[in-house]
Amino acid sequence: MSPILFWLFAFVMLVFGAAVVINRNPIASALSLVVCFMGLSALFISLDAFFIGIIQVLVYAGAVMVLFLFIIMLLDLRVEERRKINLVAFVGGLAVAFALFVQICFVVDQLGAAKQAFPSLRAAKMDDVHNVGLLLFTNYNLPFQIIGVLVLVATIGVVVLSKRELR
Amino acid sequence: MVTLGQYLIVSGLLFTIGFAGVLLRRNIIIIFMSLELMLNAANLSLVAFSRFRLGVDGMPNYNAQVFVFFIITVAAAEVAVGLAIIVALYRARQTTHVEDINSLKF
Repeated sequence: MSPILFWLFAFVMLVFGAAVVINRNPIASALSLVVCFMGLSALFISLDAFFIGIIQVLVYAGAVMVLFLFIIMLLDLRVEERRKINLVAFVGGLAVAFALFVQICFVVDQLGAAKQAFPSLRAAKMDDVHNVGLLLFTNYNLPFQIIGVLVLVATIGVVVLSKRELR
Repeated sequence: MVTLGQYLIVSGLLFTIGFAGVLLRRNIIIIFMSLELMLNAANLSLVAFSRFRLGVDGMPNYNAQVFVFFIITVAAAEVAVGLAIIVALYRARQTTHVEDINSLKF
């Protein structure tokens, strides 16, 4: 976990995360989201969570973003025309978001463990996928099956939603 | 040396960006992307804690990583259903601007 790499990827992630919100073109937002998730997956890998990092790239950059781009192009969304901004709502939203961040900083500051560095791993080799899979099929077997049902329900729901005739 | 607090602050900053996006933007697809940002910020802090609290065998606490796996699965299902709802809404109203969608029944 080199500090330079940590700050580099955190910076990339935050800048492109902000670009998602700031961009007026939905396609530019979606592509910024891909880069943001790439930086996030690099941070996961820097925390020795290789499986989660790879899943992040495969599921988000691979599947979810393709879905987003597909929908944006299907709906043929262009650059938004500028509308009159409700100034009170804008400033209020910024203030609430800023208050949330100050609150998070305060809580992290109170947390004694936050000032400690990460302990080094004792194991010689990382059997990341093996360990996650073992836990998934023993301790978390029932939630895993419920997730399977949830994905099935989502699939059926999407088919029903897209086939239904709207007036 | 990178501390746990730095990861938590970065995660909190990402969550704040997503939260600001939900509050400030009026395009429903951008709001949806900001929701994804917030989910992933939570994932980052979970993985940071998983690496911080080692188990007895000196390995990361994999319970948190299984939890992140579940969150990613549910988020992917949520994106599919949410985008289907947005498409249905667009077919009915020809807009993705939330201020144009302000009646409960039409």
